[in-house]
Amino acid sequence: MTSKHSILIVDDESSVRDSLSKWFREDGYDIGTAEHAQAALHRLQERKWDVILLDIKMPGMDGMELQQRIRETGTEPAIIFITAHASVDTAVQALKSGAFDYITKPVDPDHLSHLVHNALRQTALSGENVKLKEQITEFFRVDDMIGESVAMKKVYELIETVAPTDTTVMIRGESGTGKELIARAIHGNSQRKFFPIVTVNCGALPEGILESELFGHERGAFTGAQYQRKGKLELVDGGTLFLDEVGNVDMKTQMDLLRVIETKQFSRVGGNQIIKVDFRVICATNKNLEKAVSDGTFREDLYYRLNVFTVVVPPLRERKSDIPIIAQYFVRKYSQAMGKAIHSISPEAMDMLVRYDWPGNVRELENAIERAMVVGKSSSILYGELPIQVNDKGKIPSGGSLAAVEKEYIRRVLEENHWNISRSADLLQIDRATLYNKIERYGIPRPS
Amino acid sequence: MSSSIHILGGSSLVHPQELEGMAENISAIFGLRAIPSRIEPDLRAAYDPSRGQYNSTILLSGFLERAPAGPDKHIILVDVDLFIPVLTFVFGEAQFDGTAAIVSTHRLSNQFYGLPGSHELLLLRLEKELIHELGHTFGLYHCRQFECVMRSSTYVEEIDIKKALPCPDCAARIHGISGRNN
Repeated sequence: MTSKHSILIVDDESSVRDSLSKWFREDGYDIGTAEHAQAALHRLQERKWDVILLDIKMPGMDGMELQQRIRETGTEPAIIFITAHASVDTAVQALKSGAFDYITKPVDPDHLSHLVHNALRQTALSGENVKLKEQITEFFRVDDMIGESVAMKKVYELIETVAPTDTTVMIRGESGTGKELIARAIHGNSQRKFFPIVTVNCGALPEGILESELFGHERGAFTGAQYQRKGKLELVDGGTLFLDEVGNVDMKTQMDLLRVIETKQFSRVGGNQIIKVDFRVICATNKNLEKAVSDGTFREDLYYRLNVFTVVVPPLRERKSDIPIIAQYFVRKYSQAMGKAIHSISPEAMDMLVRYDWPGNVRELENAIERAMVVGKSSSILYGELPIQVNDKGKIPSGGSLAAVEKEYIRRVLEENHWNISRSADLLQIDRATLYNKIERYGIPRPS
Repeated sequence: MSSSIHILGGSSLVHPQELEGMAENISAIFGLRAIPSRIEPDLRAAYDPSRGQYNSTILLSGFLERAPAGPDKHIILVDVDLFIPVLTFVFGEAQFDGTAAIVSTHRLSNQFYGLPGSHELLLLRLEKELIHELGHTFGLYHCRQFECVMRSSTYVEEIDIKKALPCPDCAARIHGISGRNN
């Protein structure tokens, strides 16, 4: 066997070092030895060790102290203590201080062999775990929001501020601005990131179903409840509960929600057993909750419970400088997903993307890019490949007469200002009568 | 230059003629002449009264101090209970990629474990352990193959699982090495 695992043997007795070295060398391990703690620390600087067999009693720095020093170096080898005399106290102390296990000399060869195998397996799993955690962190960092505008930088600052705390966060913004991405970024940068983030779309579920979705139900709780079912609140234990479209929750569920947020305990629908859970709440809404409170459709106490820290996501039209990088991001994303060699956006198409107001925000932009990628045949997305809504609204006729350009520009200004003649005239820097004349002359139709 | 394998000492549990038979098999595996010899090793210095066992490392190093120089391999056979300082016992010990090894029959017999004796089983276990420890002197590591004689055995039943033969990979290594020594 030519194993590449490594074992460092730290013992002041040469006979122990020699016999263990020989024993493990026959298994093909890379073996190192150290006769005291200082020598061991030196060996630890030379390379990474998977397992350390460490004598507890050594002159100078003892094994326990050395273990502490090893941990301070940031390396995570599995440490197996070697002790000459069995002592429960020593064993307990060793295990409490993070040792993998301990052996009492002399040890049964089979026991030692299994112990080292298990320690190596644990080291491998720990390494794998660290890698996976790094991947999770990377996932949240990369797949976070995109944008370098001042407005988005402000959002990032807010996320950075609130993420490590356990504060309830309310994310506000128009539909399609990426509120769930913000919630995931907060969760992904919080202490709870290794626990789940569970999303409940409060707007998509009718009253009774939402209650069951959140709290779960016992068998027979209602017609059709043939089996016991765990709710999202049970699944979220340790993690983050993301209540999307929280403004749509009915009054009865609002009361239940308030109670569970305050007490962190609940019962399944139709059940009596109290279930305790630990979670953080992030909610999102595109509704005017203040108005809902004054209208009496949203509980004021729940509003104050949820509205502790607010992150407002700006609509895309207020951060147009972000459109090119977001659009490019989606091109890369769909190019990879569809396996199509479309890698850029033509200048004309990009110009139109930037000019368009994107009422559906980032979601609409993503859809537009996806659709263009489906129909696209060249290496760039072309103007004509973008969806028609974008096409019509953003297009400034090129190569046409001055009159045609003026007509199109007036039409757009009117549309953007909802046919408010005074405001449109101000923007066009003409008087209202001139604007009326031009509307009539160009035959610009007023939408019904 | 040709070399040989010398099987030194003996065990009260094994007849010299039986050892002759084993020497033939060992010779076939390593491709070297294997010669049993009745030279008795001096065990006294290796005895540890606190454990009632013999330190195999001391035995081996004592032998190596007096062993004739040269490429020959020497394997010492004893019937006393062997240990190395950190372990409760060993079946044997070898000088890795060296010239000497030691094997004991003490823990190879069923009687040691309170089971009905089987001389045939004892001989088979001994042959496997002799080959195994000699394999280490040829620089062979423990093998992952369950049936390979170079598989590590930390209890006697594990010796029974493996065969008295190296796997093809280990055999190739043995022949590569012993071929160079001839």
